[in-house]
Amino acid sequence: MSESKAINKPIRKKDAMTLVTGKPVYCDDLAPKDCLIIKLLRSPHPHALIDDINTSIAEKVPGIEAIYTYKDVPNNRFTNAGQTYPEASPYDRLILEKRVRYVGDPVAIVAGENEKAVDKALKLIKVKYEVLEPVLDFRQAKDNEILVHPEDNWKSLCPVGADNKRNLCAHEVSENGDLEKAFSQCDAIVEETYHTQANQQAMMETFRAYATKDVYNRLTIVSATQVTFHVRRIVATALGIPKTDVRVIKPRIGGGFGAKQTAVMEVYPAFVTYMTGKNSKLVYTREETQTASSPRHEMEIKLKIGATKDGIIKAIDMYTLSNTGAYGEHGPTTVGLSGHKAIALYSRADAYRFVYDVVYTNIMAAGAYRGYGAPQGIFAVESAIDELAHKLDIDPARFREMNITKEGDVMPAYYGETANSCALDRCLDRVKEMIDWDNKYPARDMGNGKIRSVGMALALQGSCISNLDVGSVALKVNDDGFYSLMIGASDMGTGCDTILAQMAADCMCCDVDNIVVQGVDTDTSPYDSGSYASSTTYITGMAVVKTCAALTEKIKKYGALLMGCDEKDVDFNGKEVYRISNDEKISLKDIANSSMCNSSNALYASEGHASPVSPPPFMAGAVEIEIDTETGKVELIDYKAVVDCGTVINPNLARVQTEGGIGQGIGMALYEDINYNDNGGTRSNSFMQYKIPTRQDICPVEVDFESSYEPTGPFGAKSIGEIVINTPPPAIANAVYNAVGVRIRELPITSEKVYRGIKDED
Amino acid sequence: MEIKLWINDKLIIDNVEPDTPMLEYLRDKGCYSIKRGCETSNCGLCTVWLEGKPILSCTLPLMRADGKHITTLEGLRKEAAEFGEFLADEGAEQCGFCNPGFIMNVLAMERDIENPSDDDIKEYLSGNLCRCTGYTGQFRAVKKYIAYKRGVKADE
Repeated sequence: MSESKAINKPIRKKDAMTLVTGKPVYCDDLAPKDCLIIKLLRSPHPHALIDDINTSIAEKVPGIEAIYTYKDVPNNRFTNAGQTYPEASPYDRLILEKRVRYVGDPVAIVAGENEKAVDKALKLIKVKYEVLEPVLDFRQAKDNEILVHPEDNWKSLCPVGADNKRNLCAHEVSENGDLEKAFSQCDAIVEETYHTQANQQAMMETFRAYATKDVYNRLTIVSATQVTFHVRRIVATALGIPKTDVRVIKPRIGGGFGAKQTAVMEVYPAFVTYMTGKNSKLVYTREETQTASSPRHEMEIKLKIGATKDGIIKAIDMYTLSNTGAYGEHGPTTVGLSGHKAIALYSRADAYRFVYDVVYTNIMAAGAYRGYGAPQGIFAVESAIDELAHKLDIDPARFREMNITKEGDVMPAYYGETANSCALDRCLDRVKEMIDWDNKYPARDMGNGKIRSVGMALALQGSCISNLDVGSVALKVNDDGFYSLMIGASDMGTGCDTILAQMAADCMCCDVDNIVVQGVDTDTSPYDSGSYASSTTYITGMAVVKTCAALTEKIKKYGALLMGCDEKDVDFNGKEVYRISNDEKISLKDIANSSMCNSSNALYASEGHASPVSPPPFMAGAVEIEIDTETGKVELIDYKAVVDCGTVINPNLARVQTEGGIGQGIGMALYEDINYNDNGGTRSNSFMQYKIPTRQDICPVEVDFESSYEPTGPFGAKSIGEIVINTPPPAIANAVYNAVGVRIRELPITSEKVYRGIKDED
Repeated sequence: MEIKLWINDKLIIDNVEPDTPMLEYLRDKGCYSIKRGCETSNCGLCTVWLEGKPILSCTLPLMRADGKHITTLEGLRKEAAEFGEFLADEGAEQCGFCNPGFIMNVLAMERDIENPSDDDIKEYLSGNLCRCTGYTGQFRAVKKYIAYKRGVKADE
C-alpha cells in the first residue's frame, strides 16, 4: 500500500457544497406535494384513561381524510428505540392507546389535505378522560402503587431486570474486588449525591418523515433518522405487517445527536399511508420536538469514592437512579454508561460497585442523547474526584495523574477490557499546558468583584457496542475504474460518508474523488445497525477496510485472468494490476471496462464487521471562567480540550465534532434544563423556554489531539462523536468551586445557584 | 388578496390568503433552502432578505412583502458558494440545516459592516442558532471570508 493520501487529511465533506448552497436534500424538501398532512392530538393529562373519544364531527371537516384512535390500531407492543433486535428496551408502546402516560402522549392521528383542515379537525375531536394520579417524582416511582405500565402484554425481550409491576425498566448490580476492605483502607472519603437534568438534543431539523407506496406497492418511509434499518423493523412490528412490505430511506438529515436514534414519529405516517394508500407526511413542530420526543435521561447518582492520604484511589461505589419517563426507550442501556464509562477513568482502584435502577414515570419518555449516560456519570465522578483531591489537599490535576487509567491497564468496570490504546495521560499533560494550569490554578481575584479560576475534567466513552453493533459496506468497480461505496450507516451531518470514503481511497490507493458514496436505503444498502454508540468510524470503518481487501483480491484475480497469468504472480497498485515477475500490466480502467463486456466476474465486494471490544477514546477538558461574586454569573473565558480518538481520520471533522460537543456540554452545564409544571407538563416547550447556547455564549474553544493507535480500529482509529460532550459540566462545576468555594452538585449551574452558594458561604 | 412581489428578481402576481406566512409561501414557490426550525423567532433558519435587509420569514405575513423584493439563497447561489467554500474548508457546514439562514445573514453582514470586529460578528449572527458546530468553526470561516472579501476589494 502506498503512502496515505486521504487518512488524516482535512478533506471537505462530499456533500458540503450541496448543503451550503441550500439544495433541497432534506426530508420535507423531498416530500411529494400531495402528501396528506398529519397532526397528532395529544393528551393534556400526565396519566389518564380515554373513556370516550368522538371523532364524528371532526371527520366532517372538508379535506379530512382520516382520523384514527386507539380503536383503530393493532395491539402489537413495540419499542421506538433504534437498537439491535432483540432490543434491550421493553416493548411497552402501541401506536395509540386507551391509556395515556404523559402530557403530550398521542391520542388521535388526524390526516387531511391541508394544515387548516387538520387544525380545525383537531379542535373538534371530543375526548372524555378518566384522569388518574400520575407518578411524577422519579425518586418515588420504584414500587409505587401507581403503575405506569400495568398492562399484561408489556414485555421485556432481554434480561435487564425490568418489572413493569414495580415501575422498573431495568436494574443491575456489578462489582469487582472487595469494596468494604478497600474503603477501610481509605483516609478520605467523599460521599455525595449528584443530579443531572434532562436535556434536549435540539437538532435544528425537527422530527419528520413521509410515507408513500413505491412502484411495487411497498410502504416506503423517508425519514430523518440515524437508524434506517431499525426503523424498518420498528414500523413493521408496530403495524403488524411483514418486513418485506417496508422500505426506509434516509436523505440528508439536519442533525440527530441521538434524538433520531429513536423512531419518535415514523409509525404515524407509516400507519396513515398503510391505511389510506395515500402519501402522507408528519413534520413535528419545535414545540412537539421539545415536549414529546426523546431527551437525555435525568439521573440521580449517589457516589462514594475513597483514597489513601497519599492520594491513591482505592474504591468507587455508585448508585444511579435513572428516569426513563413514560416509555423505556434506551432506558436499560443508557444507565449502564453512567457507571461503566465514568468509573473506568480510574481503573486502578482496588474495588468498585455499580448498582442502578431505571424507573418509569409519567413524563415524556427519555431516549438517546450524545454521551448516552456517560455525561451523567462523568459529572458525578469528575466532581467527586475534585472534592476528594481538595479533602486530601492535592492539586486535582496531580490527583488525576496519580490515578487515571493508563495504556495496558485492565478496566474492570469497563466490561474487563484492556486499554490497548490510551493517551489519557498525554491528554491531561497537554490540556494543563494549554490552559496554563500551573499558573492559574486555583483562582485569582480580578479586584473588581470578579474572580477567575480554572477547572478540569476527564472523559471516556466507547467506540461501539461490543459484540452487538454490525457495520457493512459494499464496494463495486464501475466504468473506467471508479468505485461506488454503498453505506448503511447514517451520515447525519457528521461526515461519515466522507471519512468512510477516505478510508476506501487509501485502501484502494486512489483519490477520494474516485469513490462515490450512496446511502441509505434499506432495499439497496448493506446492513448497518446505524449511526450511534460512536460506532461508525470504528465499526463501519473496519467493514470498509475488509471490503476493500476483498475487492482488491477480485481485481487482482480478474487482472491476472486478462493477462493470462497466475493470480499469485500479480499485485495491484491502485492504477493497474501488474505482474511481479515482469513488466506486464493492465490498467484498472481496462479491467473495469472489460468486466462489463462478456465477463462473468462481478467486481463487487461486501464485508461486515462486529467487534468483541469497544476501545475507549479519552479526553481531557479544561475551562477558565470568571465569576461575578455580586450576581453569581459564570462567564466562560476559555475552553481547552485534548482528545485521544486514536488515529484522526479527518482533522477538520474531528475538530468540529469536538467544538460542537463542547458547545452542547456547555449548554448542559449552564442552562439547558427540561422542567415540568405540577401537572407534569413540560415548561421547556420552545427555544424561548429552553435556551441553547448562541454564538455569544460560547467562549473561544481550542482543540488538540493526542493520538494513540488502536490496533483493532481502521487505520488505528477509535471514536470521536460522543466523548466530546462529557467534560464541560464537571470542568465548569470544578472551576466554580475553585473560584468561590461553592460546590454545585445539581445541574445546570445557574447564576442563582452560584449566588446562593456564595451567600451561604459568607 | 392579490399580491405582487419579486422573488429573486422574478416578478410574481398571485392571489393568497391574507394570513399566508412568508416562509411556507416561499417554500411552495420552490425556495427550499428556507427552513423552519422553531415557532418563536429564535433560530434564524428562515432568514431571507426583504429589500436587501435580513428578516425572519417565519413570522412575517407574506402581505408585508407586497410590492417588494425578496431574496433567498436560491438567488445568491454564487455568493453562497463563495462563502460556503470557507465553511466547507472548516468542516463547519456539518448537517447543513442552519446553513441557508446563517449564510443569508453572513452575506448581509458583509455588505452592512465594513470591518466587523469579533464582537460585531457574534452579535450580527447571534440570531442564527447552530447545534452541530458550537459556532467555533463557523467563526473561523466567517473571519477568513471577511478577510478574503476585503482583500478582493482592496485589489479592485
